[in-house]
Amino acid sequence: MATVEEQIKQAEGEEANPLVEGLERLPVAPTTLVIFGATGDLAKRKLLPAIYNLAHEGALPERFNLIGISRGDLSDEEFQQQARQSIAEFSRRKPDDTVLDSLTGRMRYVTGSFDDDSMYDRIGKATEEFDREADLAFNRLFYLSTAPSFFPVIAEALGKHGLNEHDDAEVRLVVEKPFGTDLASALELNHRILSVFHESQVFRIDHYLGKETVQNMLVLRFANMIFEPLWNRSYVDNVQITAAEDIGIGSRAGYYDKSGALRDLIQNHLLQLLMILTMEPPVSFSANEVRDEKVKVLHAVPPPTVDTVPEIAVRAQYESGATGGEDVRGYLEEEGVPDDSRTETFAAVRLQINNWRWAGVPFYLRHGKRLARKTTEIAVTLKPVPHLAFQQEGSVGVEPNQLILAVQPNEGVSLSLVAKIPGARMSVRPVNMEFLYGTSFMSQSPEAYERLILDTMRGDATLFARNDEVEAAWAICDPILEAWGKDDSPLPQYTAGSQGPEEANALLEPGHRWRAI
Amino acid sequence: MATDAVEQAVWSAQDTTPSAIDGALRALLQEHHESDQAFAPARVLNLVAVVDRQWRGEIENRLERVGRFHPSRTIVCAVERGRKTIDAWVSMGAVGDAEGGIHVGEERVELTIGEQHLAALDTVVDPLVVPDLMTLAWSPHGYDDAVDSLELAGVVLVDSVQSVDAKSAIERAQRLLETRYVVDLAWLRPTPWRERIAATFDPPGWRSALKEISAVTVSHHPDSTVSGALLLGWLSSRLGWQPAKMEPEDNGIVARARTHGRKVRLRLEVDASMPVPGLAGITIETASGMKLSLFRGAGGLQAKRRLPGGRESSWVVVGASRGEAGILGEGIRQALLRDPTYGPALQHACEMLH
Repeated sequence: MATVEEQIKQAEGEEANPLVEGLERLPVAPTTLVIFGATGDLAKRKLLPAIYNLAHEGALPERFNLIGISRGDLSDEEFQQQARQSIAEFSRRKPDDTVLDSLTGRMRYVTGSFDDDSMYDRIGKATEEFDREADLAFNRLFYLSTAPSFFPVIAEALGKHGLNEHDDAEVRLVVEKPFGTDLASALELNHRILSVFHESQVFRIDHYLGKETVQNMLVLRFANMIFEPLWNRSYVDNVQITAAEDIGIGSRAGYYDKSGALRDLIQNHLLQLLMILTMEPPVSFSANEVRDEKVKVLHAVPPPTVDTVPEIAVRAQYESGATGGEDVRGYLEEEGVPDDSRTETFAAVRLQINNWRWAGVPFYLRHGKRLARKTTEIAVTLKPVPHLAFQQEGSVGVEPNQLILAVQPNEGVSLSLVAKIPGARMSVRPVNMEFLYGTSFMSQSPEAYERLILDTMRGDATLFARNDEVEAAWAICDPILEAWGKDDSPLPQYTAGSQGPEEANALLEPGHRWRAI
Repeated sequence: MATDAVEQAVWSAQDTTPSAIDGALRALLQEHHESDQAFAPARVLNLVAVVDRQWRGEIENRLERVGRFHPSRTIVCAVERGRKTIDAWVSMGAVGDAEGGIHVGEERVELTIGEQHLAALDTVVDPLVVPDLMTLAWSPHGYDDAVDSLELAGVVLVDSVQSVDAKSAIERAQRLLETRYVVDLAWLRPTPWRERIAATFDPPGWRSALKEISAVTVSHHPDSTVSGALLLGWLSSRLGWQPAKMEPEDNGIVARARTHGRKVRLRLEVDASMPVPGLAGITIETASGMKLSLFRGAGGLQAKRRLPGGRESSWVVVGASRGEAGILGEGIRQALLRDPTYGPALQHACEMLH
């Protein structure tokens, strides 16, 4: 089915390209990518390697330029050399020198401070030079890989210098998270960005949405008859969404201590997973149809009040413990963390979705650092069978069926079933039916950033957060942050390397228990 | 991602039966599951390759190099002249990441069979394939009849440039397409060319130029006429042209295609300087004077465009060469996909070469 954008183009008399039929890689318009913060950690570890891998596979636009922007005083050649090093170190495949030469040969560097007007003149000149040299108008993609405080500054400066539009070509803005630190700042950020760019030009990256398993959730739900009849309050008992990390905060104390677990993952990644898991089927998979359905989920989640927060949210901080057999420090002993920090490194919430499909089903979301292991998964637990005729002595027990959607590190889906233990007695135990990406597909899942960068160049916003989604997510999290800000009681602690704080059990409804991390 | 190989288990027997081999496969699977909790057998597709006993090593080397696109279970049937019995060698190994992930299994069955077994190859192979998976069949050494009659194969892998003549290669592919899907390596090699041509005409301002194409010239390695004909067939079928038969002209072969009251000149020419099989270049010209050329070059495809006013620009299309091992791997991967444009392209190529 044609997307809305395709239908509009066809309605405007634009003919479809008959040559794209059957091609796996669809054409991408010539693009100049401008990365603000091009020497930063994200660019080095993720963006430049992702761009290299797209180039290696021939997936970049056939005409492509990259301009790196940062404060460091570098020549084009020095920036190209830095890019080569980053790609060699962090690419998922060993770089091919010929491809690397061709790619870095199209890289330029512009130095300057993000609030310096003259820098935007230099960016304008560099982009125009690429256009002139090729005798065509390249699409322009401005990627904000900077500290969040610069997002509105850069967006406004681009507008002031007329770089928010380009004759005969598209201009797009990519914004990394966090999209604000609370509802008020998110509203202000959206207001300032949207005073310069149209919403259709803005791509808010949540890299979880670029993961194959997350996209597969939509296919699993809407292309398999087996699940959808069960996907509602009549059959689902509860849902747990977990993003656990075994590492601490590393060298990110400066950022993390101002953020905390709720802002860092739950407000964005985990609520995105919740939306995809519970949304109604969209009419089509065009960007706005999908996002319309997603945001309806958040609108159906009743935000807590400051008074009800203790009943639906728990926070905690890790204290010293051990992971992987080695002793590790507690959060307050981490370098750069203030001695009196009350920032949570673990957060868990219990949400309800008040609509016909989900009313009464508890959704438990949790995220923490320094937990027992690294895993991100969704566990959908079905209601128990009404009567057990089989269970006898010797049975391990009958557990309700669970569908586990594993996002990382092993991408896949498993369904727990109850089966008879071989032997004369009718003893039963749970077994797993597994689907693993690694065994069912020959292709390696691309890095999330590869898919998302390509989508931004193609102008497909399906896997990006829209302004109303971001604001609705903050509306849920804001009262929790406010309540925690007012609460000066001792912060619950959990041992590093453990399953998390005991206090998290208080969120669970009778008969429920947290799935082991 | 770092990888580590898991120990390989092996079973072999002489003068054996498919049933015994199937039993050995099941026993090896059970052993692996018991000794390695992270073991997970790949379940993507079966590959059945019928090869000459003498050249089996070459095919095994090619299959070794396909990397992550390996089939779940590979069954190599090596044909030995005069042989009456079946010998078998079965191996099961796994490769996993060293960071605690799963160990994906890879199963290989190597049979030595006689010519007499080819007539009923189904009965030899059927017990050995993983049920419910797609089976891909391949005859790199010319046992086409045996492979073409293998009914359990839903997909046949062919390489039309390997055929003695382009016409018979195209006819075989057409015949196969009537009952199953065909993955043709001669079609896959020029995929980057098709992608670039599609991309050139993709900007809305350029799409109308597709209706003005007046001439297309494809140059190719002396052995790659089929690849050239398939590229012309693709353009012709996608753009609704009606091509006539190709005739010799100016050291090449030329066909005229009719479309909406005008004609398009389609030309194939040999580039004897090409060191490897495949395409050397393509030039597309329009009635308004636009000319697009793509040529194989260092670092990727060299693109050159001349606009109606005479202005020229050139650039390199970035992308890594897949090499022959990569092409075979891509062929195996494509067995699970469907390209609806291959059949019509083949039909148009057939009309031109007849």
